[in-house]
Amino acid sequence: MNNKVLQLLVDNTSGVLSRISGLFARRGYNIESITAGVTADPKFTRITIVTTGDDEIIEQIKNQVAKLVDVRDIKVLEPSDSVYRELVLVKVRVSAGDRQGVITIADVFRANIIDVGPESLVVELTGKQDKIEAFISLLDGYEILELARTGVTGLGRGISNVTYLD
Amino acid sequence: MLGCEAMVKCLENEGVKHIFGYPGAVICPFFDSLLDSDIETVLVRTEQNAAHAASGYARINGGVGVCVATSGPGALNLLTGIATAFADSIPLVCITGQVESEQIGSDVFQEADVTGAAESFVKYSYYVTDAREIPRIMKEAFYIAGSGRRGPVLIDIPVDVQNTEIGDIEYPEKVQLRTYKPTISGHAVQIKKVAGVFSKAKRPLIYAGGGVHLAGAVSHLRDFAEKNGIPVVSTMMGLSVMPSDSPLFFGMVGNNGVPWANKAVAESDLIMMIGARAADRAVSQPEIMADGKTLIHIDADTAEIGKNAVPTIPLVGDAKKILKQMAGEDIKVPDTSEWLRTLEGYRESMGRKREKNKDYVDAAEFLELLTSCMKEKSIITVDVGQNQIWACNHAKVKEGTRFLTSGGMGTMGYSLPAAIGARKASSGRQIVSICGDGAFHMCMCELSTMMQTKAPVKVVVLNNTRLGMVREYQHYHYHDRLSAVELSGGPDIGKLAEAYGIRYLKLENMDGARGAVDEFLAGNDAAIMECILDPEALV
Repeated sequence: MNNKVLQLLVDNTSGVLSRISGLFARRGYNIESITAGVTADPKFTRITIVTTGDDEIIEQIKNQVAKLVDVRDIKVLEPSDSVYRELVLVKVRVSAGDRQGVITIADVFRANIIDVGPESLVVELTGKQDKIEAFISLLDGYEILELARTGVTGLGRGISNVTYLD
Repeated sequence: MLGCEAMVKCLENEGVKHIFGYPGAVICPFFDSLLDSDIETVLVRTEQNAAHAASGYARINGGVGVCVATSGPGALNLLTGIATAFADSIPLVCITGQVESEQIGSDVFQEADVTGAAESFVKYSYYVTDAREIPRIMKEAFYIAGSGRRGPVLIDIPVDVQNTEIGDIEYPEKVQLRTYKPTISGHAVQIKKVAGVFSKAKRPLIYAGGGVHLAGAVSHLRDFAEKNGIPVVSTMMGLSVMPSDSPLFFGMVGNNGVPWANKAVAESDLIMMIGARAADRAVSQPEIMADGKTLIHIDADTAEIGKNAVPTIPLVGDAKKILKQMAGEDIKVPDTSEWLRTLEGYRESMGRKREKNKDYVDAAEFLELLTSCMKEKSIITVDVGQNQIWACNHAKVKEGTRFLTSGGMGTMGYSLPAAIGARKASSGRQIVSICGDGAFHMCMCELSTMMQTKAPVKVVVLNNTRLGMVREYQHYHYHDRLSAVELSGGPDIGKLAEAYGIRYLKLENMDGARGAVDEFLAGNDAAIMECILDPEALV
């Protein structure tokens, strides 16, 4: 069992996201994260799903998803051939005394402080999942009030694997 | 032109002659427009049976069946029928009325999210928001339902959209779907490989499923089998791909099939599985389909290839097209006469010696007799339960006869509505509908539809006053602790038949069965034959 990042190009129809997530649910496939947004052509939506499964399961997922009428293309974004990014917002409780400590950690990760309050900071970080995990674990000594992750999105490298839109 | 008139116009453009449905307030605009069309409406007695009737119709007609219901309870009653069609890949266009667009989501009278509810067992669904989209959606719906791996498509359409004026419409000649492009032709390289493995096969076997019927490929498959002397076994959905008495046909596979068919699967060195999916009831251990042998898997659906059994040669496409492509290859199968003799030997030696029931109607013997007396090119619709297993293994399917049942979903109550639908697609063909008393109770409201449409269906009720299949299961697995399987509340089926004005015959045991069957099948009228079975009979 390993994480796989799937990239889908789908028709931007109403209900398309529910059709896809519904298929994962009823066939017992796992969704670790799912992101969706329109492509350069607003007729299409790009969906990135992180799932788990052995090769056989991944093959089944690809075939079952590809069969949905709205789906134009599905492929696995292999780590060696792709770039992944995820964005996280972390709200940390800080006192005047330990505010600087959080800012220092954020600086090391090239994260941005996007909100400062008398008792809290909101930090924004974009990166690969392992970087985000590392960042969150470094905040262990602080009280994380709220945390929001977008889930992974990604693209294949280079131009050899591009799906061209009509 | 109004949206509802456009809907009817589109159906006419698709060549639809019959629809099966049940009206209600929010689908009334559509039913009103039907009055100005030659399309005949069959009014069923409950919506589920509209879908089953459309299924029977589509399976005989070879096209797409159409069923219609109103919003809320009408649409929800349709669901089991839609799921039944989905499980067996039957092409349907299902139209449901919906409440006013402006009221959607406010829980008004008879509002139900039917596209949401049906999501997991439709091939695709539409919720129509703009009446001008009706021609495109109808065109796409028929195309999606009837191409690739067939299946039901749902169109949910609010009443105000049906009543919107849209001017003249032009029915599109072609679909323009950016994302849906089913594979029709088999890959040329794979076809060559198929030809190659057949020329080396010693014990080749064709394993035919319902996809062969759906693709209209029965005659092509038979030609291929007969030309090369290749034996054929079938799944439940594949039954009637060959007549029962063909020397090349070796019965139904699976835990409910015949042992010699399973033996053929186990011992063959090359299986061509076509339009089948090695489902759990057909092959309990899909590995045996591939281990130590060459497996060719031909299917319209890429996702079925390798799902249950991993083939040596996958071949995606339309069964008929691929068989035509194969006919163009120089395939020379080595002589199979010894293999056929072996299988013939299994058929003779592995047959279960059944003890015939003298006190009651022996279902197996009766169904063999009944179907032997039927005409060629007839239609047998079979329900779910013990009756289905008896019929699958004992019915004599004659030349050109079709065998229709609910395989994947196993929906009780399918046989009678399916027969009524099949009748509309086939005037002149003899139609026999076989059910147990449990299934009969689920669909007997359609006797009224049968009489209203003057469908001369011969209905056989195998009555053991039990849910026989469940009783049998409880007998084996719960040591005869029988729970909720007795159906002793009547009715007197003879009186019921009289109430409907249907000719009625009763058979209590096998004495005089032949004469009774002849009398039952004679005449171009509807009839019910009640057969009294041993309540403890096992399949």
